[in-house]
Amino acid sequence: MGAWASLRLIAAEDILSLVGLLLLLVAGWCGDKAARFITGACVLALAAAAVFTVPALTNGVMGHDASVFFGQYAEDSFAAYAKLLIYGAAAAALLVAPAFFERVGAMRAEYPLLVLFATLGMGIMVSATDLLTLYIGLELNSLAAYVLASFLRNDGRSAEAGLKYFVLGALASGILLFGISLVYGFTGTTSFIGIREALHGGTFGAGLSVGGLFGMIFMLAGLAFKISAVPFHMWTPDVYEGSPTPVTTFFATAPKVAALALTMRVALFAFGTQAHAWQQVVIFAALASIIVGAVGAIGQTNIKRLMAYSSINNVGFMLIGLAAATPSGASAMLVYLAIYTVMSIGGFVAVLMLKDAEGEPLETLADIAGLSRHRKVLAGCLAMVMFSLAGIPPLFGFWGKFVVFQAAVAAGMVPLAAIGIAASVIGAFYYLKVVKVMYFDEPANLAVGKSGWVHQAILALCAAFISPAGYLLTKWLGGLANLAASALFHVA
Amino acid sequence: MIQALAFYLFATLVVLSGVMVITAKNPVHSVLWLILSFFNAAGLMILVGAEFIAMLLVIVYVGAVAVLFLFVVMMLDIDFATLRAGFIKNFPLGIAIALVLLAELVLGIGAGRAGALKLGTPDAATAPLAGASNIEAIGTLLYTRYLFLFEASGMILLVAMLGAIVLTHRKRPGVRGQNISHQIARRPDEATVNQRPEVGAGVKL
Repeated sequence: MGAWASLRLIAAEDILSLVGLLLLLVAGWCGDKAARFITGACVLALAAAAVFTVPALTNGVMGHDASVFFGQYAEDSFAAYAKLLIYGAAAAALLVAPAFFERVGAMRAEYPLLVLFATLGMGIMVSATDLLTLYIGLELNSLAAYVLASFLRNDGRSAEAGLKYFVLGALASGILLFGISLVYGFTGTTSFIGIREALHGGTFGAGLSVGGLFGMIFMLAGLAFKISAVPFHMWTPDVYEGSPTPVTTFFATAPKVAALALTMRVALFAFGTQAHAWQQVVIFAALASIIVGAVGAIGQTNIKRLMAYSSINNVGFMLIGLAAATPSGASAMLVYLAIYTVMSIGGFVAVLMLKDAEGEPLETLADIAGLSRHRKVLAGCLAMVMFSLAGIPPLFGFWGKFVVFQAAVAAGMVPLAAIGIAASVIGAFYYLKVVKVMYFDEPANLAVGKSGWVHQAILALCAAFISPAGYLLTKWLGGLANLAASALFHVA
Repeated sequence: MIQALAFYLFATLVVLSGVMVITAKNPVHSVLWLILSFFNAAGLMILVGAEFIAMLLVIVYVGAVAVLFLFVVMMLDIDFATLRAGFIKNFPLGIAIALVLLAELVLGIGAGRAGALKLGTPDAATAPLAGASNIEAIGTLLYTRYLFLFEASGMILLVAMLGAIVLTHRKRPGVRGQNISHQIARRPDEATVNQRPEVGAGVKL
């Protein structure tokens, strides 16, 4: 494939890089005055990138048609599905930011640019079909994320979050790289197709040697850190609580999608023939995440911390889909991922809208006591998000859990599904606690600050998606997810 | 003959300067000894025909890492006397770790000799070019096959720079810098005041 055709296929990444570089110049010349303009331009760039990504989603391109740069990069339907979720989440994190940062005088022109570059990195991650591409994308995303976490550098908690994320993230990158080097050593190639063939008995015998197995486990451990699966989850509550809330909105959605998609491609495609080798690891991580996420959240009083445990919990449910190691499992995971992203955006935007009379953000459960008395709509939306995260039937969150468990049962993993369902009942406790505090406790009358129309519009969109009306989309969403998942199982 | 001579020269100097790094009293001298050992290691690399790694050692380690060490040592107010205080106490631990490392090295060499490890056969696509030097082979791959990754790495460096600026650059209100155009544009009537003080009342500025 010629250079021009390659560049056309990665048009979304071209747009993001070029716009990012141009806006960096604007930021350099105009300074922080241009922050709002740059934010708007970044959202437009994300929209343009999404427009160029949509055709790949519906055409179902895969295999050689989608592969560029000597098989290092694939713009297939799977990548397109994940990218659209990432672009949407990044746009939401950009739109809610100016109001939050301007109040403390910290809206700087670099914020939207860092989000844009992180998004570029995530696009590279989900398209990676080579270990080197995987690592480059991951680092581009992580490096921007470390800075974003400590963006309010005068705030002690934000600085702590950034430092913690950086140190632990660097360690996880090291573990991942160690795994990559072992895998390269024992298969002789860095490309996913090459690894798949080498393990399938192409070049030398079938199966995974002990060294290759070690490499694969180290890689999974590094990736588990990035998706905050237990036992590599310890950083999540601190980072989510300490980071500025718009950044937490970003962390809980876009990088999660990217890292989960990357894990799927590594496990199901590169090591697709060795499913028995990684299945037990994924099953353990899934169950441990569900249980730790559910039990850990019970004692939390900060809503952001609670949402962090909720995200650990949800990652566990998604890993059940991965553990099934079937196309329907992968498809279920993608459906869950889309619903989870929308629920998280809705939840964090609702938290951003909790402000006292001076506009000071409120984050604890005590602050929202009796919220339903004076902020009926906001309390209703937050309650919907909580019910949906708990997976209570009329809401769309139930559908995600349902398809994942269905895939697990179809793959013969009835005990796994049973334990998952039991643990989701434990998880329902703290989601319901939030609703109880909002509806039945003595009103604290703290959250009286008004929010702009952007917040209201995003929350309304998310609420509409997770409302029972969302079930109208099941066929369409399921079809797209099936198409995307089939790209992972397509062997040219 | 000349090669053996060069090898023993470089190898002896690497070991000697390595010893000097940890025994030198002055930390700045330690860093300078470290630079010497890097240079000699680069010489060893050239002897085995790895001229690219030799260049990396000089450019990255001497040019960047050692200079960074030097900056850290000179800029930060570290009391090296207290850092060294536990040397004798921690000596047995250090020896134990060194012995573990030695045992691992011996084991590793033994395992390598036994030839039990079955590594993968390298990809033919990245095979070295016949007759080309290391630098030529790496350059050919880097600017053709791995062009996309090369450019993406550039983005990572850009983000690193952006991040460093975001986290450290700020406007300090209390700093008085010289602004020449302000100084020149100042007019005498802004800078001087005529006052007619009353006797015994003093001057109010």
